[in-house]
Amino acid sequence: MPNCKTAVPYRGTPEQEERLRQVIAEHKGQPGATMPVLQAAQEIFGYLPEEVQIMVAEGLDIPLSEVYGVASFYSFFSLNPKGKYQISVCLGTACYVKGAAGVLDAVEKKLNIAPGGITPDGVFSLDACRCIGACGLAPVMMINDDVYGRLTPDKVGPILDKYLAEA
Amino acid sequence: MNHIRSHIMVCTGTGCTSSDSPRLISAFEEELLRAGMEQEVRVVKTGCFGLCAMGPIVMVFPEGACYTQVKLEDVPEIVSEHIVKGRIVTRLLHKEDAGADAVTSLAETNFYKNQMRIALRNCGVINPESIDEYIGVDGYTALERILTEQTPPQEIIDCIKKSGLRGRGGAGFSTGMKWQFTYDAKSDDGVKFVACNADEGDPGAFMDRSVLEGDPFSVIEAMTIAGYAIGAHQGYIYIRAEYPIAVKRLEIAIGQAKDYGLLGKDILGSGFDFDLELRLGAGAFVCGEETALMTSIEGHRGEPRPRPPFPANKGLFAKPTLLNNVETYANITWILNNGWEKFAAIGTEKSKGTKVFALGGKITNTGLVEIPMGTTLRTIVYDIGGGCPNGKKFKAAQTGGPSGGCIPESLIDTPIDYDSLTAIGSMMGSGGLIVMDEDNCMVDIAKFFLEFCVDESCGKCTPCRIGTKRLLDLLTKITDGNGTLEDLDTIEELCYHLKDSSLCALGQSAPNPVLSTLKYFKDEYIAHVVEKRCPAGVCKKLLKYEIVADKCKGCTLCARNCPVGAISGVVKGPHFIDTEKCIKCGLCQSNCRFGAIVKH
Repeated sequence: MPNCKTAVPYRGTPEQEERLRQVIAEHKGQPGATMPVLQAAQEIFGYLPEEVQIMVAEGLDIPLSEVYGVASFYSFFSLNPKGKYQISVCLGTACYVKGAAGVLDAVEKKLNIAPGGITPDGVFSLDACRCIGACGLAPVMMINDDVYGRLTPDKVGPILDKYLAEA
Repeated sequence: MNHIRSHIMVCTGTGCTSSDSPRLISAFEEELLRAGMEQEVRVVKTGCFGLCAMGPIVMVFPEGACYTQVKLEDVPEIVSEHIVKGRIVTRLLHKEDAGADAVTSLAETNFYKNQMRIALRNCGVINPESIDEYIGVDGYTALERILTEQTPPQEIIDCIKKSGLRGRGGAGFSTGMKWQFTYDAKSDDGVKFVACNADEGDPGAFMDRSVLEGDPFSVIEAMTIAGYAIGAHQGYIYIRAEYPIAVKRLEIAIGQAKDYGLLGKDILGSGFDFDLELRLGAGAFVCGEETALMTSIEGHRGEPRPRPPFPANKGLFAKPTLLNNVETYANITWILNNGWEKFAAIGTEKSKGTKVFALGGKITNTGLVEIPMGTTLRTIVYDIGGGCPNGKKFKAAQTGGPSGGCIPESLIDTPIDYDSLTAIGSMMGSGGLIVMDEDNCMVDIAKFFLEFCVDESCGKCTPCRIGTKRLLDLLTKITDGNGTLEDLDTIEELCYHLKDSSLCALGQSAPNPVLSTLKYFKDEYIAHVVEKRCPAGVCKKLLKYEIVADKCKGCTLCARNCPVGAISGVVKGPHFIDTEKCIKCGLCQSNCRFGAIVKH
């Protein structure tokens, strides 16, 4: 299971923690504040380690079990750090019927990681995602904010090489 | 004021943005500046035109020329030829078939001819980031009329009721009745909420995203009117975080509406207050279910709760809540401006108006279409969608995502409306329509949807959590070649248990893809079980690769490429595949230059 306690040590900076405290202060007392605060926290830290969950729980004055419950329920929240380049291969229906499984396979082979994993150097992390809504270009994958469409397994290698050269 | 003689409309929906349309916009602007025409020609970023497969799309008005798959290097030519000299660049025009004459009027193409745009009326027409343009196409006239005339709420609700509009999110409940129930509901402290379901989680569906990207104001105006009608002063839009462009446009739109006094305190001086807040989802399919969505807005794990009480009585934060889907809201102001009679005249007896579908899968014109209810699947697939590409044979269409069913070719003349689709074991769903051709294995497709449901089941109720997993195990047994005929009966029985006993729509409808494929494609299941064969050649474990000795030239390419050394043979002599060693990766077949390797 990719979504369990991470083995990577916590490296949050005082600036990041200060920003999180500000977000918590803005939302405290609002109904349903947990999700927006966790979304902001993930944006600040890149993921939600135990230390951050504790800060959110104490800041919003709610049980840690509830924060963990929410953080582990939604696929958008990650308890593990993400790579410098986050790859999401779409496995939505439109992409699937057009051969997305082969594309995912090619990425897995090239980087030697499975969905939910991260390369040891922290450069790439890989996820299989559900529909990103670019079905007209199926099959697609996203690397950070860039979308690559009309993919075939042999197009994967050159695309990843481009990022490797920049890393 | 400058006189604008030409408009260059560039689609900035997610599909075209992915094919680089933002860079086209800056290129057009630079090119116009160079030609000194920046004062008389305006570049407009718009929402989705629908023809996503041909993106990026550029339309030039007043001529209405539709350029498809426009590249950066085409920009100078469009400006120098079309804009400066008035000569349309025919080589870039949208053509229905390669070789056919270029079509000048887009409205006459098969793709658009059979469509009727109500929910999408402003998509591709206005700049979604400008409230002035929305007002320019009669935006906010409905709200203004209602607030200045102080129309009685019951009158608005009656109008929606009489229009026959039904929820576009999937289940098809009468929208007017929903408004009525929430209006009638008593709240102890008078607080009620309006909410919009923009958590479009069906894989392969992008209708709501396109509406929000192309015309966010129509949803905001409709929600404000809904607030007035049911007596709410706070609204929430729950939208997927996976839709960054739609989120950004909504934020801009809400900000502009506030600046114009069309949201917030004392709207248009009427004394009516209404505010809107965006809440981002976090990637849980079950949150598209109404009670789970509200639990999520409240800040908890998005688990559904039993109904009744229905949201109309006890919804968000235990207050009466009106929850409608994006596309439902997009119809509201059209109905109020054009009259319920006009809306009720479109469609079939029990399904009025139009429905937006996201066409995807094995179809030529992938994209967004809006058709009057009652249009047949044949019209959608063949006339609008252009049929399956590469001359392949149409096999089935799947509507309703993981909750819907597969419609076989024999039922292709079924009119598309809520009741006809339910009658044949599928459902309208939110509007994803995935086309499959002869190369798709229906058992594999059923398995695909079940895997999705297993992943997305929230785990609260046992039938869904364990039932979907057991169903998947049985299907996997079949695609692995270990299935028995009794398994087929067990699958069917389990499906009905799931339908009867799951807490929410996710579990209740999860068996639909399995049941409908079992019903219409039983021969494929039997082939997997009895003959241990996958007729479409998809299920890997049932595949066998073989070398046709007559065609093999003994070039050794396959043997050199085989990752597991399963191919043997001598140079210039026929080769042979050891099926025991073969992992069915297909590398040999894709490398063979003589077509000597067959799979079956």
